[in-house]
Order: sequence, then C-alpha cells, then structure tokens
Amino acid sequence: MDWSYIQGILMLAGINLIAVLGLSLLTGFTGLFSFGHAGFMAIGAYIGALMTVSPTTTPAGLGLPFAVGVIAGGAAAGIVSYFIGRITLNLKGDYFCIATLGFGEAIRLLLNNVQIFGGSRGWPGVPYKSTLPAIVIVDMLAVIFLANLVRSRHGRNMIAVREEELAAQISGINVFRYKMIALIVSAVYAGVAGVFFAHYMTFIQPKMFSMTKSTELTIIVIFGGLGSISGSVLGALILTALPEVLRAFEIWRLVFYGAAVILIMISRPKGLMGGMELTPAGIRKVRMERRARLDAQKEMRNGQEGEGRNG
Amino acid sequence: MADILEILRLTKRFGGLAAVNDVSFSVPEGGIVGLIGPNGAGKTTIFNLITGVYSLTEGEVKFKDRSIVGLPPYKIADLGITRTFQNIRLFKNLTVFENVLTACHLSASYNIFESIFRLPRFRKEERDLVRKAEKLLDIMGLTERRDLVANNLPYGMQRRLEIVRALALDPELLLLDEPAAGMNPDETEQLMKLIGRIRDEFKLSILVIEHHMDLIMGVCEHIVVLNFGVKLSEGCADAVANDPKVIEAYLGTTAEA
Repeated sequence: MDWSYIQGILMLAGINLIAVLGLSLLTGFTGLFSFGHAGFMAIGAYIGALMTVSPTTTPAGLGLPFAVGVIAGGAAAGIVSYFIGRITLNLKGDYFCIATLGFGEAIRLLLNNVQIFGGSRGWPGVPYKSTLPAIVIVDMLAVIFLANLVRSRHGRNMIAVREEELAAQISGINVFRYKMIALIVSAVYAGVAGVFFAHYMTFIQPKMFSMTKSTELTIIVIFGGLGSISGSVLGALILTALPEVLRAFEIWRLVFYGAAVILIMISRPKGLMGGMELTPAGIRKVRMERRARLDAQKEMRNGQEGEGRNG
Repeated sequence: MADILEILRLTKRFGGLAAVNDVSFSVPEGGIVGLIGPNGAGKTTIFNLITGVYSLTEGEVKFKDRSIVGLPPYKIADLGITRTFQNIRLFKNLTVFENVLTACHLSASYNIFESIFRLPRFRKEERDLVRKAEKLLDIMGLTERRDLVANNLPYGMQRRLEIVRALALDPELLLLDEPAAGMNPDETEQLMKLIGRIRDEFKLSILVIEHHMDLIMGVCEHIVVLNFGVKLSEGCADAVANDPKVIEAYLGTTAEA
C-alpha cells in the first residue's frame, strides 16, 4: 500500500466525517433521523463546483477561489434546509424521516435533469482542491464547534428535545426552533462535506448522492453511538476504511461490511461509544455516574436489610 | 390577595365529548389550590389547557390578568407557569444534575455564536447556571444523587426531581399532577410538607391534582371538585368533604347501592 492510496482513504474518511458530525447533531443529540443528507451534500457539491469551475471548461463556472466555493456550498445547503425544515419539522417521528428521504431523492432527480451541470452524465472538470491538511483542519474546526455547541444551554436544549419532547416544551424550550437549528447546522456541515467531496473527486454525478450515501451517513452515526462526538469520529474512520481494508475479499466485502455493522449493534446496542466521550471530562463523567449508581444500590440494599431487622 | 390564575368558563371538546365543560375557578397569589375528582373528571385536561399543550374550545385563561390563550407551551413556561406530569417525564438518560441544569436555561441569555466560540458571556452565565442548579439540588436534598442517571433514581425521588426541574424555571405558578401517585403514606406526608415549604421558600402559587385525600385536605387552602368535566363543588377542605354532591360522586347514591 503506497501513501497516496492511504491518503485517499483518509481524505474520504475526513470528508465523510464532516457530514457525519453534522448528522450526529441532528440524529444523535436532537433525535431526528434523516435519510436525505446526501441531498444536502449534493447541493454543497454542485454549488461549490459552480463557484470554482473555470468558465473555459463549463460556461456556467465562475472560476472563483476554493474558499468561496466552501462557504457558498455550506450556505446554500443551510438555506435550503431552512425551507425544508419549515414544512417538515412539525411532522412526528417516522414521518419526518420519510420526508427527508423524499427530499434526498428529489434533489438527485432534479440534478439528473439540469443539463448545464451535465445532467445524469455528470460534471467533469471540477478543480482538484481538497488537500489532506485542509480536510483535517476543517474536521478539527467542525469537532470543536460541535463540542462547544453541545455543551452549551443550546446543546442541552436539543438533548432535552431528544429525551422528552413534551417535558422540553413545558420547560420553556422552543422545540421547533431547536430542531430547526440542529437541521440547519447539520445541512451546513453536509454542504461543506459535499464541496470537499466534489473537489476531491474532480467529477460529480447525481448518482453519487443517492439514498445509499444518506444511509451510509446515518449508519456511521448509529454505529459510533448516538449522542457521542468521539463515536462519530471513530465511526467515520472505521466504516470508511473498512470497505478498503476488505478489498481483498472482492465481492464478499460488502457482506463483511454489513456483518461488522450488525455485530456492533448486537454487542453494543447503543453503538460503539453510546453517549460517552473519549475525553478526560467524558471518562470522568462515566466514572461518576457508575459510582453514583453503585452508591444508590448499596444504600437501597442496606435499607432493605435494616427494614428486615426491624421487622 | 389578587388572583394569579383565573379560569373563566373553560370548555374543551374532543369531538362530541366535553372533557371540560364550563369550568371557572381561580388560584390566589401565594395560595395552594387542590383539584380533585374521580378518574376521567378532566383534571389533567385542565392542566394541559393551562399550559398550552391542548388548545381550548371556549373560555379564557388569565395569568396575572393577562390572557394566555393560544400561546405555545414554551412561552407559557417562560411567563412563569410550569408543571409536573402524572406519568413522570424526566430526561431519563441524563443525570439528576443535567436534568436541572437543562431546565435552568431561561436564566441565561448567551446566543449560539457565543457558545460556539466560548465567549466571556457564555462562560460567566454558564458558571451561574451551574451554581443555580447546585443550589436547587441542595435545597431539595438531591445533592447526593447528582451524578445518578435519572432513570436509576428511586420512584419517589424521580417525582421530587421533576419538581426541582420545574422550580429551575423560577415559576410563579406550579402545577403538580398527582405528585403522590404511587407513594406510601410516609412518603406522602413528606411530600405534603415539601409542597408547603416550596410555596413559602420560592414564593409561588400551587395548583395540585391529587387522589390522596389526606394530602389534599392537609395542604390545600381551597379545593375544587370536578366530575365528568363539570365543576361540582368548591370551597375549603371541610365544606367540600361534607358536600352531598361530592360524596355522591365518589361513593354513589344510596339508590344505586
């Protein structure tokens, strides 16, 4: 295995990670499942490419710097998500999930028919701009922003929405608003991931952003553990690299991929990390919770013995 | 004493069924009012109407002389009305401390960008929130359990935590929906004392639904009796207990027996 191959896998994992972190906020922390985030990636990819493609290769291209593409792609996905959220976020449970699925497919089918972007044949000539250092920096920023958000009152309100929606409302939490914030942040993350993806592949095609891609993102979040940022990071690295590591098994590799996911779900139903964080504070929290549980159990046992003696 | 909550000719129909029919009563400022009635009398429906979970069909709900009809639940909570639930609704997978800390959120005002970049206002207000949550746990005697996941708390303490979470919003009116459900007489008596103490310490008014008559008679200064969505009787504990209509609703008439 040469370095450029490994680098390629790392870049793909890093790009996936951006989208997964966003989805982690929506699914893991706010409790809304989405099967349409590839749609937001597609919006990011196409708007990003529109900004950076040189006008000589495609008449629609603007030939602007890559950074402009990243910002425009993320912003476009965010704006679209706002309108999607306005109409779908009042839907309960599974219905929201189905609406996102429809949205993802709709975006793909729309792009299939936009001829200036090459339609279903795809759009070649996107400049190669995604570098490993750039991806790593964006990943780090994405993790820091997300971690800070989650550990603020706004993040706690989102978690409250996931835990018990009615109680959250009664506690003065504007449930709709926090669902919307989570959706927009996740869409911006997915959009940015889409921009990096387009500028890594140098060729984009609507087919790349099918439901399979959306499902892959959701599987990574669940595999890593709902409500855990470190879980999402580990999940993105492991599940992006796994198909490559299994390449030796040729046609069997997807079977192994599926088996690996099922195995984790059986052995760790809450996912790899299951709400825990691999940070000093996260580990301290797990230990404190365990001690509190043991103390409570001990106290209850003592109480029962006491009652037994008295009675 | 002025009334903090006024309910006027409140009606809620689900299709043809009037779950609450033309009910009026009020809660005086600083008072403890009990709401009793057989199962299905419409007590919890009234709570849902006050807190905006259901929209009412007819009538008026006034909080501090201001109509709150049509406001979404989170705004009503923001105005100062909060409640507990008959079937406990805690943030189950969060610790005791996190439950209370989450509910303290209205005491802070930093925005999303300030939290993403950890700006000074975020850090200052966050420290204040932690202090407030710790103080509440201390007053209510839950400090020892602060790191326990709410789901692992004994039943009685879960009820207590729900009250603490409600208090974290600095409410002026607290609605308690069967706070003593599933408690033994000992725990019920403790709870009775707690309700009185909360009223005095936090300077709020309380409306409580309860089936334990000792609790209701012991702690409430005024009692409203409902049956089949209609107000049967109202008054102080003794007057209500001796009202023939109330006795009939609970025990049936001699002719039926």
